Amino acid sequence: MATGAFASAGADLELVGIQKRFPGFTAIEHLDLKIPAGSFFALLGPSGCGKTTTLRLVAGLEEPTAGRILIGGTDVTHQKTFQRPVNTVFQSYALFPHMTVLENVAFGLRRRRIDDPVAKAHEALRLVELDHLASRKPQQLSGGQQQRVALARAIVNRPALLLLDEPLGALDLKLRRQMQLELKTIQEEVGLTFLHVTHDQEEAMTMADTVAVMNKGRIEQMGAPEELYELPRTAFVANFLGQSNLFTGPVVGSTSEAISVDVAGQRVVVPAARAHRHAGEVTVGVRPEKLSLHVEAPADDVNRNIVGPGRVVDVSFSGVSTQYLVEVPGLGTLVVFAQNMAFGPVAGEGDEVWMSWNIEHGFGLDDDPSDEPRFEADTSTRSIATQKRDSLLSELGGA
Amino acid sequence: MKISLGKWLLPLYTVLALTFLMVPIVYTFVFSFNDSLKSNITWRGFTFDKWLNVCAVQNGAVCEAFANSIIIGVVATIVATALGTMIAIAIVRYRFKFRSQTSLFLFLPMATPEVVLGAGLAAQFLSIGVPKDMLTIILAHIMFCISFVVVTVKARVSSLDPALEEAGRDLYGSPTQVFMRITFPLLLPGILAAALLSFALSFDDFIITNFNSGAVTTFPKYIYVSAARGIPAEANVIASAVFIFALVIVVTTQVSQAARAKRLAKQA
Repeated sequence: MATGAFASAGADLELVGIQKRFPGFTAIEHLDLKIPAGSFFALLGPSGCGKTTTLRLVAGLEEPTAGRILIGGTDVTHQKTFQRPVNTVFQSYALFPHMTVLENVAFGLRRRRIDDPVAKAHEALRLVELDHLASRKPQQLSGGQQQRVALARAIVNRPALLLLDEPLGALDLKLRRQMQLELKTIQEEVGLTFLHVTHDQEEAMTMADTVAVMNKGRIEQMGAPEELYELPRTAFVANFLGQSNLFTGPVVGSTSEAISVDVAGQRVVVPAARAHRHAGEVTVGVRPEKLSLHVEAPADDVNRNIVGPGRVVDVSFSGVSTQYLVEVPGLGTLVVFAQNMAFGPVAGEGDEVWMSWNIEHGFGLDDDPSDEPRFEADTSTRSIATQKRDSLLSELGGA
Repeated sequence: MKISLGKWLLPLYTVLALTFLMVPIVYTFVFSFNDSLKSNITWRGFTFDKWLNVCAVQNGAVCEAFANSIIIGVVATIVATALGTMIAIAIVRYRFKFRSQTSLFLFLPMATPEVVLGAGLAAQFLSIGVPKDMLTIILAHIMFCISFVVVTVKARVSSLDPALEEAGRDLYGSPTQVFMRITFPLLLPGILAAALLSFALSFDDFIITNFNSGAVTTFPKYIYVSAARGIPAEANVIASAVFIFALVIVVTTQVSQAARAKRLAKQA
């Protein structure tokens, strides 16, 4: 990065065949990714999926084992961190405790010998509405204010690419929403390319233009938030991004419009255009809010899939909607979200119910059901604890 | 009337303990004003003479010993602090072969009796034929000071979030700039503490110095040698001056720190 000048606009980021191995494990298997200039891109995945490593590779804080990183068409794979036109908002904010807020923000400008760093730092602080605290030390600010300083410190440099490493993780819900909105506004104002790493699916979906769901060192699916939600390609995506009811069975009938799947004796029809696989064993699914609950067997309808009868095993009321867990013999437990149109729940625990959904709302996964376990999400607290313990052990072992 | 044991036992113990600690200091200070002749054991009257002409006695032997101690202390502190800081950063931040062994090795000089360390070092100097003078004392002092510097600075480095340095690099700081503007200022309190500790240890050391000093006299060595035939009051003067100097430093830091904390609290 040349000193003395700002990047004029956001730049493309391209990762080509990236692989990263650490002693003992592979963080990233094989990653190809292209993020167009000016977009807000979210990398979403459970902890340990390789998303933070990806970010650190782009920032230059780690070196890839194989592959190339291009920013705006320039190969930066072997450039040092301080030479890259990239800035990061760290998870812990990493504000310099011995400097004032203003000095923190002006740090990058001074290193690059940009004219009038103080005025530009004030301007950036005004953007995050913290200019009145410019002479404070970081530890005198609240968490939300520190976060905004960290953001100002990064965007003041007008990097071609801004990296956000779960920067909202430490904030409470209200502040989080406020910051999400602020980030979005700033991105629209300054037109940078944002790469946002998070494990919060809601955050990713509300903020990003494009979301890439990452699992175990590779990207499972990439696309607009609605697309990922409506048409998940793998079981991991279907369950990590919201909840899904998934059924596995052989395809018993197929036309150019739809396929029908035999699931434990019940027939489920999915539009061919919304199914990735059209023959053999397949997994199909439907989102819980698309299901309707019936207390008596509904009449057959060519446009609807009907499953049941099943037994309600749990009802939880959450104001706007009620969540029912329904045990259907052969299908397992289904989740149903029902809007509270009537007063209180429609069905009680132990009731016999049927469920139906519009055929158009189903989707078919691309996974081969036989190797299903690969897509099991590692989001349980136990697996996170195990990962933490393993990493501590390996660190102690290395000591 | 019921007498509570705890009510008077603790204050009594505190007073006794403090008296026990203060008596030698007070004695040294008071007898620095003694109008003594050769030895400084009986009180012969008050005078400022010894403070004003501290270097006059024995052709300035006291002052020479003091000056030697200062030179040795300063040089040993600078070298030990610089080397120790580098070692501490390396041990905390980098994974290298024999890292834990290095840590253990650095701990050894602190655990080894000084007599053994001093004698061992003297034997080595003898066998490679290095004459004993200021240089050998300085080398010996650097050797044992490094361990204390490493231990002190290591604690500070461990508490330093590596993300701060990464942020520095991310914000276009070259490795040198990141060290000078982020790492060093943040480690400075630890480094200063280590330097003060080194200086105090070096200035104070007698055993190792005695083995490796040859004809050179340091302040502790001078006191030890003259104790046999009576320590001159000038030695008391220097000891008192050092004590007062240290006291002033401690009080000033405490006061300025309290003022800063107050200012910060006011701002927040």
